[in-house]
Amino acid sequence: MDSFSLLLQGLETALQPMILLYALVGVVLGTAVGVLPGIGPALTVALLLPVTYGLDPAGSLIMFAGIYYGGMYGGSTTSILLNTPGESASIVTAIEGNQMARQGRGGPALATAAIGSFVAGLIATLLLAFLAPQVVKLALSLGPREYFALMVLAFVTVSATFGDSTLRGLTSLFIGLALACVGIDGLTGAARLTFGVPQLMDGIETTTLAVALFAIGEALGVAAMTGPADRLHRVTGRVSMTAQDWKRSWKAWLRGTFIGFPIGSMPAGGADVASFLSYATERKLTKHPEEFGHGAIEGVAGPEAANNAAAAGTLVPLLTLGLPTTATAAIMLAGFQQFGLQPGPLLFITNAELVWGLIASLLIANVMLVVLNLPLIGLWIKLLSIPRPWLYGGILLFATLGTIGVNPSPIELGMLILFGLMGYGMRLYGYPVAPVVVGLILGPMAEQQLRRALSIAQGDWQTLVSTPVSAILLTVSVLLIVVPMVLRLMGRGKVLAAVAGDTD
Amino acid sequence: MTKGFVPERRPRGAAFIIAAGLAGLAGVLLWDAAGLKQDGGYAGVGPADVPRMIAYGLLILSVGTVIAGIRGDLPRPPRQAPAPLLWILGGLGAQLALLHVLGFVLSGAILFGCTARGFGKKPLWRGLLIGLVLAVVIYGLFDRVLRLNLPGGPLEHLIFGG
Repeated sequence: MDSFSLLLQGLETALQPMILLYALVGVVLGTAVGVLPGIGPALTVALLLPVTYGLDPAGSLIMFAGIYYGGMYGGSTTSILLNTPGESASIVTAIEGNQMARQGRGGPALATAAIGSFVAGLIATLLLAFLAPQVVKLALSLGPREYFALMVLAFVTVSATFGDSTLRGLTSLFIGLALACVGIDGLTGAARLTFGVPQLMDGIETTTLAVALFAIGEALGVAAMTGPADRLHRVTGRVSMTAQDWKRSWKAWLRGTFIGFPIGSMPAGGADVASFLSYATERKLTKHPEEFGHGAIEGVAGPEAANNAAAAGTLVPLLTLGLPTTATAAIMLAGFQQFGLQPGPLLFITNAELVWGLIASLLIANVMLVVLNLPLIGLWIKLLSIPRPWLYGGILLFATLGTIGVNPSPIELGMLILFGLMGYGMRLYGYPVAPVVVGLILGPMAEQQLRRALSIAQGDWQTLVSTPVSAILLTVSVLLIVVPMVLRLMGRGKVLAAVAGDTD
Repeated sequence: MTKGFVPERRPRGAAFIIAAGLAGLAGVLLWDAAGLKQDGGYAGVGPADVPRMIAYGLLILSVGTVIAGIRGDLPRPPRQAPAPLLWILGGLGAQLALLHVLGFVLSGAILFGCTARGFGKKPLWRGLLIGLVLAVVIYGLFDRVLRLNLPGGPLEHLIFGG
C-alpha cells in the first residue's frame, strides 16, 4: 500500500505541535469568517490569504486547508439559520434546513449538517489520498495538447454549462481571459497591456480580483438593495439528533459523499452541482415525500455531505494537475504560487512531504471541525447577530488589508475599487463572477500549453485533436456548450438555472 | 420609474452599454496586440495572437449581447439606492488617497466609518471610532505579529513606536 505509507508519513508531519496549531487557527478562522452571512468559501479563502503570508510554506498551506474546510462548515450554519446561503453550494441546504429551523428543529438540522460534513470530509479525503497518486501517474503521460484540452473543458464547465445563460457565462469567462493577458508574456517576455505602468508587469493579482468581485461587489450590492433584510432563526433546544434522525440521515450522508466526490474531482462543475444532484436523489428515494419542501432532514444531510465531498474532490485536479475548477480552488492555486509552488504531478515528487502533510492535515482539520462545531455552535451563531453596518465595515477593512499587505500602492487599491464596481455591475445584471477568477488564473496556463503544443507540432493546429484524449476532451467541451443552449431554447433551462454557480 | 405594466420583452438599454464595453475591451486588446512584435517561433503563434483570439471572442459576445438586449433577454435589476453606494465608494476613495499620508489605521477607520454609514448606521463619528479601534487591533496583529508590511503614519508611530 504505497499511498497508505505516504499518508502515514503525512500524518507524522501533520501531528507536529506547531503544524497542529496552524491547522487549529485555520479551522477557527475559517469557521468564524465562513459563518458570516454573504461570505462563501471563495471569499473566506481570499480574505484570509494575507494571514498566512508571514508563515513558512508548510504551515501556511496547512492553515489554508483548515480555512477551506472551516469555511465550508460555516457556510452551512448560515444557510440553515438565515435564508441567505453564504455560498451557492448551500442553496439546497437552505431549502430544507431553513424550513426545519422555522419549525424549531434548527438543532437537528445543524447537527446532521455538521456530522454529515464530517463523514463526507473523512471519506472524501481518504479517497483523495488514494486517488491522487493514480492521477499523478496518469498526468505524467499527458502532453501540452492534453493539458490545453483539459483547461478548455474546465473553462466550459465553469462558465457555460450551468447557470441561466450561456452568453453571460462565456462573457464573464472572456473578461477573465482578457484580464489574464495583462503582464509579461511567459514565453517571449513581451509586455502586454501594461500601458507603461510598472505595477502591471506582474499581471493582475488573483486575490485582488477575487476580493474585489466577491467582497466589494457584494457589499455594494447589499448596501444598494432596498428590500428588508432576512430574519435570523433562533435555535431552540440542543444541537443533537434523535435515533429517528440518525436513521434517516446516515444513508443520505453516504449517498451524498459518493455523488459529491466524483463530481468534484472531475473538471465538471463544483460543489453546487453535487449538492443539487444529491438533493434530487434524496427526494426520489425518501420514504417521507410529503416532508420535502417543509423541512425533511434527508434534504439537509445529503446535500451537505455532497457539498463537502465535492470540496475535497476539487483538490484532486488542483493538486495533481494544477487545474482549478472552482473559484475557491483558483484562489488556493494563487496561494500555492505565492510560495513558488506549482501544483501538478511534479509537486508530488519534489515536495512529497508537503503534499502528504497537507492531505493528512485535512483529515485532522475535519476532526477538529466536528469537535469545535457541535458544542460551540452557540458561539458561532452569535457572530450571525453582528449588525450589518459593522459586519460590512469590517469586511471592507479586511478586503483592503489583503491588497495593502501585498502591495501598498495606489494603483493596486485603485484596481480593487474598479473591479469592485465591475463585480457590482455583474451581480446586478446576472453575470456569474466565478468564471472571471478562473479565467484570470487559468488563462495564462492554457495559453502556454497551447503555444507549447503548437511549437512541438511546428504550428500545425491539427495536433490539438490528434490524440484520442485531447480529441475527446475538446469534443466534450463543445457538447457542453451546445447541449445546454439547445436545452434552454427548448425551455428546459430551469434545471440548469437552479444549479447556477454564483459563489464557487 | 412609473409603476404599472412593464412588458417583459422590451429592448434593454443596459445591454447596449454592456455590449459597447465588451467591444471597447476587445478594441484595447487588438490595439495593444498591434504594437507587439510578432515573434511566433516554431509555434507560429506569438504573444499577440492569443489576445487577438480573445478579442474576437469578445466581439462575438458583444454582438450576442446586443441581440439579447433587443429580445429583452437580460435580468431586470431591482431598484437600487444610490446614497449607500456613494458612501462606500467615498470611503474606499478616501482610503486610497490618504493611505500614505495618514497611515493604515486612520485611513482604515475612515473606510469603516463610511461603510457603516452607507449601511445606515448613524452617527458617522461612532462608526469612525469603532473603525479606529478595529484598525489599531488589525495593525498590531498583522504588522507586528504576522509581519505584514502595512504603511504606517503618525498614529502608528505614536502607538507602536518607530
